[in-house]
Amino acid sequence: MRESSRLRVGIDVGGTNTDAVIIDDQDKLLAKVKHPTTSDVTTGILSALRLVLEQLHGAAANVSHVMLGTTHATNAILERRNLNRVAALRLGGPATHAIPPLTGWPEDLKAAVSCGETVVDGGVEMTGEPIVPLDEDAVRRFLDSVSEQAEGVAISGVFSPVLSDQEYRVAELVREVLGDIPVSLSHEIGSLGLLERENACVLNAALVAVAERVTTGLSNAMTTNGITAEAYIAQNDGTLMSLDYVRRYPILTIGSGPTNSMRGASYLTGAMDALVVDVGGTSTDIGILTSGFPRESSTAVEIGGVRTNFRMPDLVSLAIGGGTIVGAAGDAVSLGPGSVGYRLSTEALVFGGAVPTVTDAIVASGRARIGDAALTAGSREMLLRAIAACDARIEDGVDRVKTSGRELPLIAVGGGSGLIPEVLAGVAGVHRPENYDVANAIGAAIASVSGELDRVFAYGKDGRDEAIAEAVQLARDEAIRAGADPAHVEVVEIEEVPLAYLTEPVARVRVKAAGPLKTH
Amino acid sequence: MTSRGGAMCIDLDNLPALSLGATVFAGGGGGDPRIGELMALKAIRELGPVEVKPLDAFDDDDLIMPCGMIGAPTVMVEKIPNGGEGRVIREAYERHFGRPVAAVMPFEMGGINGVLPVTWAAYAGLPLVDADFMGRAFPELQMLTPHLYGMAGSPSVITDERMQTVVFDTMDNIWLEKLVRNCVASLGGSACGGLYPMTAGAAQRPAIIGTLSRAVRMGEAIRRGGEDPIAAISEVAPVTRLGQGKVVDIERRTSGGFVRGSALIEGLGADKGRLFRLEFQNENLVVLEDGEALATVPDIITLLDTHTGHGLVTEGIRYGQRIEIVAFPAPEVWTSKEGLAAVGPRAFGYDFDFVSVVDRHA
Repeated sequence: MRESSRLRVGIDVGGTNTDAVIIDDQDKLLAKVKHPTTSDVTTGILSALRLVLEQLHGAAANVSHVMLGTTHATNAILERRNLNRVAALRLGGPATHAIPPLTGWPEDLKAAVSCGETVVDGGVEMTGEPIVPLDEDAVRRFLDSVSEQAEGVAISGVFSPVLSDQEYRVAELVREVLGDIPVSLSHEIGSLGLLERENACVLNAALVAVAERVTTGLSNAMTTNGITAEAYIAQNDGTLMSLDYVRRYPILTIGSGPTNSMRGASYLTGAMDALVVDVGGTSTDIGILTSGFPRESSTAVEIGGVRTNFRMPDLVSLAIGGGTIVGAAGDAVSLGPGSVGYRLSTEALVFGGAVPTVTDAIVASGRARIGDAALTAGSREMLLRAIAACDARIEDGVDRVKTSGRELPLIAVGGGSGLIPEVLAGVAGVHRPENYDVANAIGAAIASVSGELDRVFAYGKDGRDEAIAEAVQLARDEAIRAGADPAHVEVVEIEEVPLAYLTEPVARVRVKAAGPLKTH
Repeated sequence: MTSRGGAMCIDLDNLPALSLGATVFAGGGGGDPRIGELMALKAIRELGPVEVKPLDAFDDDDLIMPCGMIGAPTVMVEKIPNGGEGRVIREAYERHFGRPVAAVMPFEMGGINGVLPVTWAAYAGLPLVDADFMGRAFPELQMLTPHLYGMAGSPSVITDERMQTVVFDTMDNIWLEKLVRNCVASLGGSACGGLYPMTAGAAQRPAIIGTLSRAVRMGEAIRRGGEDPIAAISEVAPVTRLGQGKVVDIERRTSGGFVRGSALIEGLGADKGRLFRLEFQNENLVVLEDGEALATVPDIITLLDTHTGHGLVTEGIRYGQRIEIVAFPAPEVWTSKEGLAAVGPRAFGYDFDFVSVVDRHA
């Protein structure tokens, strides 16, 4: 290894394993490791990082970037643990009183997060004109009333994605009244759809302490291992955030796992448009790559029972993984829902255990050689029926995720990807890249930097082209500001949704630009 | 629908069913009723269930207030109403007519407008009339049944979340559409309003009866439907299955203040090998196969999610969705000569006549 080489470390924290890889500046994989995920998560990261560095002598000093994809935020919301107490402030009165903030939240999550909600007069129209003037006195009164409990403030203004001045102004007022307290602004987090954006904004404010633990944990893990590199955390659209950015937008880390494995699959095969099937220990995620990026869901996404509208990969998830328990039900066969999880290496038949699992079925069918195949002989018939049942569910899942009748290649990744058969209906060939088992950590290591714009434009006469051009420029600027190499920033998506029923042509335009990290 | 002392009610249990049913009968238009449903949820929690009464339960000279939202439902997901708009409309009418409003009625039993009047009736402590003036969703203000009988949409009251009111008194319903549309644009793209106010006696002729309770029954059937939602749907309304498939292309554009566009649907299952083309202008207008119309407006053409049976709004159609294309026969009033002149295929620029799904697929 040359002294000057710049190495990147990718780490992915999954439900079962924490994976780490090292790649060089030509994106070549040099080392990889899988380590069980620990309940505190951070210890697992520290160990995985140590183990992968041990494989490559002297690597620590040459690491220039460390990229982490993690489930910290998702788990905090699902378990209602380590969440900040948030004051939810909506700028929109006299509109929006008909549906107060946090409507529809599960009671226990609301109790864990909210220390007060209110709607004050303010917000803007689709055109950016104020609905009514912002009531700053009401803002101050509310902030005074929550000053004892609030650990963060979430500010959501009507049509703030169109004009965000009021959200910034109220953030100033928060500093005046409550001092240096974390503030989340809705226009920086979600797109149009007030309730979903507000929900995401409040969750974001509640995750600030979690983000602090992740970023501090990663920094410590790096210091302990002698790494003085730049650290990034992967977000749910396959792009990276700096640690500062994560402290401000922790919610964007949710959903980064499936995204990383899809990006990793694209990297491992060079495919830009493909189906990706990631078979893990307890579940299988099926997604679709478009221009090298995961297609995003266009419907509202629920997190811990709360509807949000921020970007997430569009996935079909099946409760089948390598550890899924296979059972007989008369002549039929049952798949799960139980899984042996991390006990796979002791409990599965092929490892001398007594529990028939999908891994045993894979071995019995001859699709992969793991453990001792002879140990599956007694359950062979049931295991072969299990494989047929898995194939049918995967075939259906693949078909549901496809956007057209066009046949696409399928990339099988993840520890349990031996499950995927050689031939599947509607699929133009199955690819099993080398290093398929660490596709997610590779995805984190090669993640790019993006910028996004989502705004409503009044086109006026012949103004459409001009509006699109403006949108593209703003998205590119955003990507470059986030650290992308200006020479390689590309527009990866333009979406235009006309707003119905109005006499003037008005449309919501969404543009995303992304590029590789500028490394020098 | 629950009963309370013999009367029907909209309550917390059947409100989601009303919302589902309103989407099915919207024929793709009218917007997602979710905002309306959340508003009504709050109102019913605070004030209790809302009574629903048949039109003939009212005295002939009782004043009925048909109401709803006008403009872009996509604006309303951001600028949610205040909740008091219904009261403002009612007070304006009471000042104008010099007597109390006796009941609230949805002017459009489709999309968000099928649900919004529930909130306003709850706050006013008034019953809802089990009827409307469209029997589905349509985009313009002259596309209401009273227009066919030469009845005036004026006086029409438009209000916004600032509680501003504008009362329109126009020479005809075409002018009403034009002036209200511009007013709504000035108010921010969506507003609430009352149209075609009239007595219960006068409403007997134009009203399409029983549409509110039918939407609730439809929603309840879908919720019960389980594996075969279409079979459940057919128990509530005569439904024609036009085909099942997957959305393989969707194109939308704005022209003349509407969302126009089309979707291509590739047949699946029994319909494998067929290709359907759905065209819409806010609402679904026609379904074509090999250039031939399988169904046309004013029959209600709806895309249903194959798995859930839930109706899809046109702005929610996306690539890859598994859908069932179905049609319900139009309310009879729309298939008359006058009805078709107002809302038949030719009224939407097509060079062919109305094809009744009932006749064609009999």
